[in-house]
Amino acid sequence: MKFLEKIVDKLEPNFEKGGKYEKWYPLFDGFATFLFTPKHTTKKGVHIRDAVDLKRTMNTVITAMIPCLLFGIWNTGYQHYSALGLTEEFGFLDQVFFGALKVLPVVIVSYVVGLGVEFGFCIAKGHPIEEGFLVSGMLIPLIVPADTPLWMVAVATIFSVVFVKEVFGGTGMNILNPALTARAFLFFAYPKQLSGDKAWVNTELPEGYSYAENGKYVLNEIGQRVGEVDAIAGATQLSRFKASVDVMKNTKDELGEAVGAAAQSFEAGVVKLSEKFDLWEAFVGIVPGSIGETSVIAILIGAGLLLHTGVGSLKIMLSGIFGAVFMTIIFNTAGVNPYMTVGPLEHLFAGGFMFGLVFMATDPVSAAQTEVGKVIYGFFIGLFCIMIRVFNPAYPEGMMLAILFMNVMAPLIDHYVIQGNIKQRLNRLKLNTANH
Amino acid sequence: MSVQIKLRKGADIKLQGVASRTKVDAPASDVIALKPSDFHGVIPKLMLREGAKVKAGTPIFFDKENDKIKFSSPVSGEIVEIVRGARRVILEIKIKVDKTEAFEDFGATDVAETSVEDLKAKLLEAGLWPFIKQRPFNCIANPDDLPKAVFVSAFDTSPLAPDYDFLLEGREEDFQLGIDALAKFSKNGYVNLNISVDKELRFNAEDKFSYTDDAGKNIEIDYKTASNISASHGAAKALASLKEKYGKASDLFTKANNVSLGEISGKHPAGNVGIQIHHINPVNKGEVVWTVNAQDVAMIGEFLRTGRYIAKKVIALTGSEVSNPQYYNVTLGQNLEGILEGNLKESEESPRFISGNPLTGTKVEKDGFLGTYDSQVTVLPEGNNYDFFGWAVPIQPNKFSLSRTLWSWLMPSKAYRLNTNMNGEQRAFVVTGEYEKVLPMTIYPVQLLKSCLVEDIDAMEGLGIYEVVPEDLALCEFACTSKQPVQEILQNGLDLVKKECA
Repeated sequence: MKFLEKIVDKLEPNFEKGGKYEKWYPLFDGFATFLFTPKHTTKKGVHIRDAVDLKRTMNTVITAMIPCLLFGIWNTGYQHYSALGLTEEFGFLDQVFFGALKVLPVVIVSYVVGLGVEFGFCIAKGHPIEEGFLVSGMLIPLIVPADTPLWMVAVATIFSVVFVKEVFGGTGMNILNPALTARAFLFFAYPKQLSGDKAWVNTELPEGYSYAENGKYVLNEIGQRVGEVDAIAGATQLSRFKASVDVMKNTKDELGEAVGAAAQSFEAGVVKLSEKFDLWEAFVGIVPGSIGETSVIAILIGAGLLLHTGVGSLKIMLSGIFGAVFMTIIFNTAGVNPYMTVGPLEHLFAGGFMFGLVFMATDPVSAAQTEVGKVIYGFFIGLFCIMIRVFNPAYPEGMMLAILFMNVMAPLIDHYVIQGNIKQRLNRLKLNTANH
Repeated sequence: MSVQIKLRKGADIKLQGVASRTKVDAPASDVIALKPSDFHGVIPKLMLREGAKVKAGTPIFFDKENDKIKFSSPVSGEIVEIVRGARRVILEIKIKVDKTEAFEDFGATDVAETSVEDLKAKLLEAGLWPFIKQRPFNCIANPDDLPKAVFVSAFDTSPLAPDYDFLLEGREEDFQLGIDALAKFSKNGYVNLNISVDKELRFNAEDKFSYTDDAGKNIEIDYKTASNISASHGAAKALASLKEKYGKASDLFTKANNVSLGEISGKHPAGNVGIQIHHINPVNKGEVVWTVNAQDVAMIGEFLRTGRYIAKKVIALTGSEVSNPQYYNVTLGQNLEGILEGNLKESEESPRFISGNPLTGTKVEKDGFLGTYDSQVTVLPEGNNYDFFGWAVPIQPNKFSLSRTLWSWLMPSKAYRLNTNMNGEQRAFVVTGEYEKVLPMTIYPVQLLKSCLVEDIDAMEGLGIYEVVPEDLALCEFACTSKQPVQEILQNGLDLVKKECA
């Protein structure tokens, strides 16, 4: 690599102060430090430094997300063909190919647009290119539906980089998790396209195939009936949970307010609840959902890497699960509507709970920063997630809002934890003065 | 009296080049230097000019802020040069050593019979006062204060640190005398002396030690081989006796009088006196604790016994670039060229010379001078080279990390040859919890540093700035993913608080 080193050394004077391309230094620096750990040596303070740096930390997080990405690519294809009943016609490789065609453009758009905005800010403000977006750029594709129009991904990415990160001062200064805010932006700006049962699974027919008999079956090129369309495949588990409550309401309206009928409608809701919900499928992840959030197995592999390297906080993850289970048990005990009877495991495996907890709640910048604070922060994320899921009629998934809410609350939690430390010190001083 | 403190946080950094337990006399320096920069916060006022003849113990300058505090020549000779830097700041006062070895005679002192005031006056007069430092701020103690305690740490846990049991071997009488004097200064009437109870014989498997076999021949062997051969072998016996002798705190410390013994266990920074104070008798606002380095205690003791300022100490020459790391008897302000010349390994990288340890020491030139408070000189390779995709490759045998993002955690006993590369660029604070893992104090280090950055004195006080000095957070700086200059930030905060409040 000597020749590359020479090139970097040769180019550097052009970009330094007084050089021809002085303004572009952040860009040059970004690329040079991507290729090489720079040759800067310690000047003041410690003479030796730990080998870890922010690039390596962020790289670890991206590595941890790779299982989710790969599984998401396959699952996108699988859900597509499975909804059309064509899994026999189109095997594993076709499914991966279809998924890659859908997912990779989203990843590329997210990175290109996000890094472009980032570079622009770095050059304008003259600060070095920071690594934060490398993680956000991967998180954004993993938490949107595969069919999200690319321009929406681009708009959401620009929004989150500019208004969530750069206006606060860049990496390390943001209050909210940028990737999650991009998702929230999409949700609130384009609710029609990106929620409901139609958003999650692509049901465009492959070339040459056509629908037959009111869209119930799929015909191949020569008119043979090859697949049966799965009418409810597009619904996520969470929307099914939600539907159970609607079923109860509807039955109630039809039957009036007779006591026995109410019990019957509750039963109907519970039946609706168990319809097509398979805990094992949810654990493996062969269910509709955002690209990277479905597979608990893939998420746990990532969580293992984050915990082993110490990059993700075990305190947040465990207390988050504890908070969710705690809330679920309370709901189970109350059991007023069918949704409240959904068990803890179903809640943990459904939707984006695990993905959010492992990859987004643990973002060190927007999470609580004190160790005690992390426990409280994680607990309330779990608790609020379940509460929003069950009580909020507008949106089936509570994880996004729970994390964003706790992002905002995190500095407050830290404030009180730190005040505790300060008070302890004041008390010690008072005690000491009293003794003398 | 004794207290036990068990510290669970912290980390030991194992480096190549631990000094072997042999003491030799350093070649005498022609010129030694007194560096006012060793005494942070002192504004030197010269009492003598270039060309003046001095004896060991002749005051050369005093502190402008407190003219009682004088700084004396450690040798007899002639002031040959006063090196000044930007804005005429005095960098070095160079003294050419003559052969007469003349001392100013201050007269022997009977510690028990002398009043505290007279003791202080004597130390101040002879220029030994600067060895007594204070917390908060880690500056030279104010002789008018009555400290609530005096702390001495009898061990050092920093990387490649010298073994204090070996440094002070044979100086029982002087050490005890020094302790007796310091105990008189303290409000509680004793000295808090802290020893390590989980001390091991700190060495690397590859390090050499020498022993004399039955035939009287001197044989050099490495620790690994010695540990693996049968117990009846001479080398194994020699190693066993070495372990017996230096594997625990020596009697010099454990049998000292006028002390409250603190039994500390834990990894670095357990040996830092600041950490020990925090756990045994924490400094509150308005309180003062004095600290003295264990070697300097013996120096004070020797002065009281003989009436002479005998500015000799033992230092460890360490580091991966030293071909024969060992202990040297040196004079304060020693020119380092004498012990470094011909004692460096051949290497592609240029060496970095550090007076002190790799975490807190000062960068010096090869012909530079030993810092007044340092008991260690370290030589490391400079790391001014590129590393291709250095941030991405997880297996790098020559890199060490306290985090598990590299695979160095698989080899916990490996000794590293670390260089001075930053291993990355400075970033905003991002990763949380990593400082706390290596700081055994109930202090929120990141929040404290941020309060220093925004110069919020109330917050600094609340978060415990009086309890820390830069060396206590040095390991945080090492561990920092964002490559923040932790010690510098803290020092600026301390300077501000000192200026505004003290």
